[in-house]
Amino acid sequence: MISEFKFCRQLKHNTAVTKPNFAEAPFIRACFALVMLLFCSFSQIEAHEIIVKQGTKINTIQKALAMAQNGDIIRVTASTYFVQDLLIEKSVSLIGTGYPVLDGQKKSNILIVRAPNVTIKGFIIRNSGISNIKDKAGIRVEKGDSVSIIDNRLENTCFGIYLAKVKGGTISGNTIHGINSVIQSGNGIHLWYSHYISILNNKISGQRDGIYFEFATHCTISRNLSEQNHRYGLHFMFSNNDTYTFNTFRNNGSGVAVMYTKYISMTNNTFDQNWGSSSFGLLLKDISRSTISNNTFSRNTSGIYMEGTSDVKCVRNNFLNNGLAVRMLADCEKDTFLLNNFMGNTFDFTTNGTENLNFLKGNYWDKYAGYDLNRDQKGDLPYRPVSLYSQIIEKLPSAVFLLRSFMAELLDKAERALPSMSYVNLYDNEPSMHMIQR
Amino acid sequence: MIELEGLQKHYGKIQALRGISLNFDPEQVVALVGPNASGKTTLIKCLLGMVIPDGGRILFDKNDIAGDVNYKRRIGYMPQIGRYPDNMRMGYLFGMMKDLGKNRITEHFDEELLATFNLEEMFAKPMRALSGGTRQKVSAALAFMFNPDVIILDEPTAGLDPLASEILKQKIQKERKAGKLILITSHIMSEVEEIADSIAYIVEGEAKFFKRIQDIKSETGEERLGKALFHLLSK
Amino acid sequence: MNKIIKYVLHDIFRNRILLAYVVLLSLSSFGLFMMNEDVSKGLSSLLTVLLIVVPLVSILFTTIYFFNSYEFIELLVAQPLKRSNILLGVYAGVGLSLLTAFWIGIGLPVIIFDGTATGWYFILSGSLLTMVFVSLAFLASVITRDKTRGIGIAMMLWFYFTLIFDGILLMVMFAFSDYPLEKLTIFLSCLNPVDLARIMVLLKMDISALMGYTGAVFNQFFGSSLGIVLSMTVMLIWIILPISIALRIFKRKNL
Repeated sequence: MISEFKFCRQLKHNTAVTKPNFAEAPFIRACFALVMLLFCSFSQIEAHEIIVKQGTKINTIQKALAMAQNGDIIRVTASTYFVQDLLIEKSVSLIGTGYPVLDGQKKSNILIVRAPNVTIKGFIIRNSGISNIKDKAGIRVEKGDSVSIIDNRLENTCFGIYLAKVKGGTISGNTIHGINSVIQSGNGIHLWYSHYISILNNKISGQRDGIYFEFATHCTISRNLSEQNHRYGLHFMFSNNDTYTFNTFRNNGSGVAVMYTKYISMTNNTFDQNWGSSSFGLLLKDISRSTISNNTFSRNTSGIYMEGTSDVKCVRNNFLNNGLAVRMLADCEKDTFLLNNFMGNTFDFTTNGTENLNFLKGNYWDKYAGYDLNRDQKGDLPYRPVSLYSQIIEKLPSAVFLLRSFMAELLDKAERALPSMSYVNLYDNEPSMHMIQR
Repeated sequence: MIELEGLQKHYGKIQALRGISLNFDPEQVVALVGPNASGKTTLIKCLLGMVIPDGGRILFDKNDIAGDVNYKRRIGYMPQIGRYPDNMRMGYLFGMMKDLGKNRITEHFDEELLATFNLEEMFAKPMRALSGGTRQKVSAALAFMFNPDVIILDEPTAGLDPLASEILKQKIQKERKAGKLILITSHIMSEVEEIADSIAYIVEGEAKFFKRIQDIKSETGEERLGKALFHLLSK
Repeated sequence: MNKIIKYVLHDIFRNRILLAYVVLLSLSSFGLFMMNEDVSKGLSSLLTVLLIVVPLVSILFTTIYFFNSYEFIELLVAQPLKRSNILLGVYAGVGLSLLTAFWIGIGLPVIIFDGTATGWYFILSGSLLTMVFVSLAFLASVITRDKTRGIGIAMMLWFYFTLIFDGILLMVMFAFSDYPLEKLTIFLSCLNPVDLARIMVLLKMDISALMGYTGAVFNQFFGSSLGIVLSMTVMLIWIILPISIALRIFKRKNL
């Protein structure tokens, strides 16, 4: 089986290399395709299926694994199996029918994968041990390249899915729900030194961090829902070249934090309802050459908090009803804000310095009170998003006491009449007169 | 019935009453007469407990009125300017005053003036819609309502039409005959002459004299009160 | 006294200005709730109305009503009624009418759109604030005889509590910005019922998170049950103290 598998892979490799030839010779191409098809169907027939069922000879997964060879499919029928540190060292597919339960009885890891090309699909995996030092997980994958973890439900596991030094793989359609306290819970999906992983359509809640990356590169994180986790909905550092799209991060303890990373792309995500005195939709610390576009930041204490970022492009995002839409510290440089909508935020922008090395243009600000005489859809006066009152709070934190007072409102009105009162050198020279459609 | 003993009152530096002592007995009409700002109104207000005197005391049937409100059950008062809650209908106002003064009367309310002034016709009107004269009629009717022993009328006929004035004067005479004490203030000497029995003449917070009108006239030998007073004061 | 309350209510409920006040409040609350899809957003916009319009109308309406009723109050004093009963009766009557106006104009919409604890807190703060300014209005009314001056004093009080006090507070904060000011600020807020009401409502709304570290100190204090009891007590003092002083003055006042 192994040799056949390898052959198949080589064949695939060859087809890729010889592609130009195919184009020239359609006939040969057709032949090859036929042969390929044959091989594939042949190898499928060759793969054994082992069924784990109560009352039969093979009534534990351990027995099935012992019998299995690489490429085999182990079908596990619905029942509860008590397993701890169940080691998978063969390239097998472990497929549950009717959601069998793997119960770890709160002792240790539940599944440990140490082989490439392993598939784990359709299980309820619950009650892993709890340890902060040893990182007990529901599914732990160590150097198991091209792993597929699909449609599982992880309940009450310390860490949910833990990948260490894995190259390639898919984690999709899983539901991970933790019930432990802050101190006792681990991360939902945890990647360490792993690359080229696709994380799709998972739902993670009640964990410490929903998704955690450390040194994980070239990954795609798409259409996941990460909510009500104790700390961060998404947390990563040193994880370059990752793409985040269409995810929702909602109501997490401290929002989303990303640090020390280059070349990331965050598009079409939703950062919602991350409220709390130290909470933000998205915290960026030492992020560079990255794109944040078409995201929605709504009802967060701070929409985006930026510290030490450079060359980050924020384009066409919606900032709606946040306490503070963007806080950009003075050490950020060459960041651009283009074509974003700022609506219903208590404060649009705050910063802690007076100098500004960033660039704002063509955004829509609902607080803009200027006019457009030449009808080019751009306001004729620049908009200063850092309000006078927010500048006062910056100098004088106690002044937050006057939040929403007549005094604070008057200060901002006065500033609008006399823009020279403001001393922060940050403005949008071409504010849009209309909401930007995307 | 009412005894004022060395009554004093000052507003800031202005001395409004400088030790007035007077005795008012029942079954008479006493006119408080004097120039403007002489202290007449202050005197009345002291009697009604609206102004609290600085010195001296007021006895009502031998009882000091200081700190008391019950003696007011026996006093009816018609203010110089009557203003009432704007949005109340007149009928409701009378009902309210009767209700507030329930404990003041054992027999029937005296509603004679209500009838003679034809006020009942206007019971549906809100008070803000009434003319000054009509409001005066209301004030007068309220003053007599509880059949009190003492009736105090501050400039009663000012603003009343001649017919209404006449009605009021007749009412005053009628009550006097019934044994009541009636105190009025007025600037119109002919009116005073017509309805009052005696005059307390007050100047700069002091009672210059308190005499029966007949005595004043016979003393001075003048027929008209105005002249008699002029005569008396220029002595 | 109950009779006086009853008759004052009878009069004020037919008052057009009070009616206009109810309409104004209803329009602004329904308007703000419908304009903002987000209920808490509407509530925080309505907070401005609560902190500016409600005190202003409460103090002005009461002062004007008092002076318009001056002759009637005189007449009542000439009746066998205790002065304290008269003043407290009128006070309770005016207070109840303004509270009712507030409950209909703001309370009802708030309950309809946001029946949570925040909403109830909002209504409680508004009610207390209404009564504080009715009390202040009585104080302004009895210390002078002149209507224009009375209204002037009332306006000054309103202006002081809604703006000047905060301005002074801000200057004090700037002057002593090197010192930790949170505790001092908590103390100073007790000297202004408007600030107190605002903080009470803000800390119930999720906007409190905005207050960051400094806000955490406020949150800790005003959010604790001791803090709530204390701020309620201070608000009650703000209601009782002015009307008690007004009563003392009124008892000896020359009408």
